[in-house]
Amino acid sequence: MAPPLSHPQVPLAMDPDLNAPHSMGTTITGVTYDGGVVLGADSRTTTGIYAANLDVSFSLILHIRVGVYVANRASDKITPLTDNILFVRTLLETGGLIVGGWDKYEGGQIYSVPLGGTILRQPFAIGGSGSTYLYAFFDQAWKEGMSKDEAEKFMVKAVSLAMARDGASGGVVRTVIINAELLLGRFSSTVARRARASQLIA
Amino acid sequence: MESAAVSSHDSTIQEIGFERTLYPYVMGTSVLGMKYKDGVLLAADLGGSYGSTLRYKSVERIKPIGKHSLLGASGEISDFQEILRYLDELILYDNMWDDGNSLGPKEVHNYLNRLMYNRRNKFNPLWNSLVLGGVKNGQKYLGMVGMIGTHFEDNHVATGFGNHLARPILRDEWNEDMSFEEAVKLLEKCLRVLLYRDRSSINKFQIAKITEEGVTIFPPYSLKTFWGFSAFKNPTKGAEGSW
Repeated sequence: MAPPLSHPQVPLAMDPDLNAPHSMGTTITGVTYDGGVVLGADSRTTTGIYAANLDVSFSLILHIRVGVYVANRASDKITPLTDNILFVRTLLETGGLIVGGWDKYEGGQIYSVPLGGTILRQPFAIGGSGSTYLYAFFDQAWKEGMSKDEAEKFMVKAVSLAMARDGASGGVVRTVIINAELLLGRFSSTVARRARASQLIA
Repeated sequence: MESAAVSSHDSTIQEIGFERTLYPYVMGTSVLGMKYKDGVLLAADLGGSYGSTLRYKSVERIKPIGKHSLLGASGEISDFQEILRYLDELILYDNMWDDGNSLGPKEVHNYLNRLMYNRRNKFNPLWNSLVLGGVKNGQKYLGMVGMIGTHFEDNHVATGFGNHLARPILRDEWNEDMSFEEAVKLLEKCLRVLLYRDRSSINKFQIAKITEEGVTIFPPYSLKTFWGFSAFKNPTKGAEGSW
């Protein structure tokens, strides 16, 4: 059994159980709609690769203009990604990312970053262990040009379906909407509120 | 050599300062290439597999390089994206000389060979098989570079499964003076076999053409398949116990 990784640059506890199944313990989704993106995730964390006490809202990575923000439970505030770059790097090595955001040049965009580091822009993306149950659902039910409300409802439905079947996903469904408006200040309070709310869930 | 900790839950060996790739994750399957009368054709499907899951279905695995070349890649997609970044820089610097010269397919092929071999020697390969095709000054060029630095030129090449399924067809039926239509038909014949027999292939292909005039990458399309074999009609006949 190899010794635990003690890479000096990675501050988070990374004690890999080499016998644990390679699961990602969650369901994450991202959908573009006409005017922005909706990101969604469940709230359950499982032990293994994801440290159990990290707020699962880290699975929502929020892209604002040039800065990338991560909802960070440890400090319970929205901090620029540069502070969290190692955090994200850890995520990159243990599970896929979905990056979503809006800018004035291309509108709403979703980028999938699976294990390995491939970057693929997609109209929608799914990830995590629960996503296996969603491939067929999205193939059939997703369509272009959804409105903001349709997209959010669709997300909630998708994540709920995954939670119903995936033992490693559960709890509540969290969604975040990012569009031009949300960039103008309402954004951080929404996320901070969600980050705080998550503290109530053990 | 510093001590290394191997973690099996991700695919990297982490030594102090850097990492190496051990396993590929998101992979593209075969790429086919063949010369024809006016230039070179490349073909590949648009799939990115994640193990046995056909996870991504719009991955463009053939890209133009500079004015004279086309690059197709199978293997780990993130490494292909990295190679494109290297080549982008190479072509940029070439353009900045602004001297009327431009890197042709032979030069790009050589660069890729050096790149792949160098990485292989550091035990940190770019997990790809590359097909490089191009035309410069009327000369057609088609070559391949593998992840360990193996490289060669030929009239027709294939990566991955294509080596086993497509090349025999190409060896039999290829000739020097194929027209564009004949060449596409031959490629489609090979692609169809790969579609039937390669589990990682999807029915969404792109054909790319390069001639002296330039590059054309055609929009994705799908092939018709045939499943009306008489042996499929009564599958349970003679199979005791099946239903």
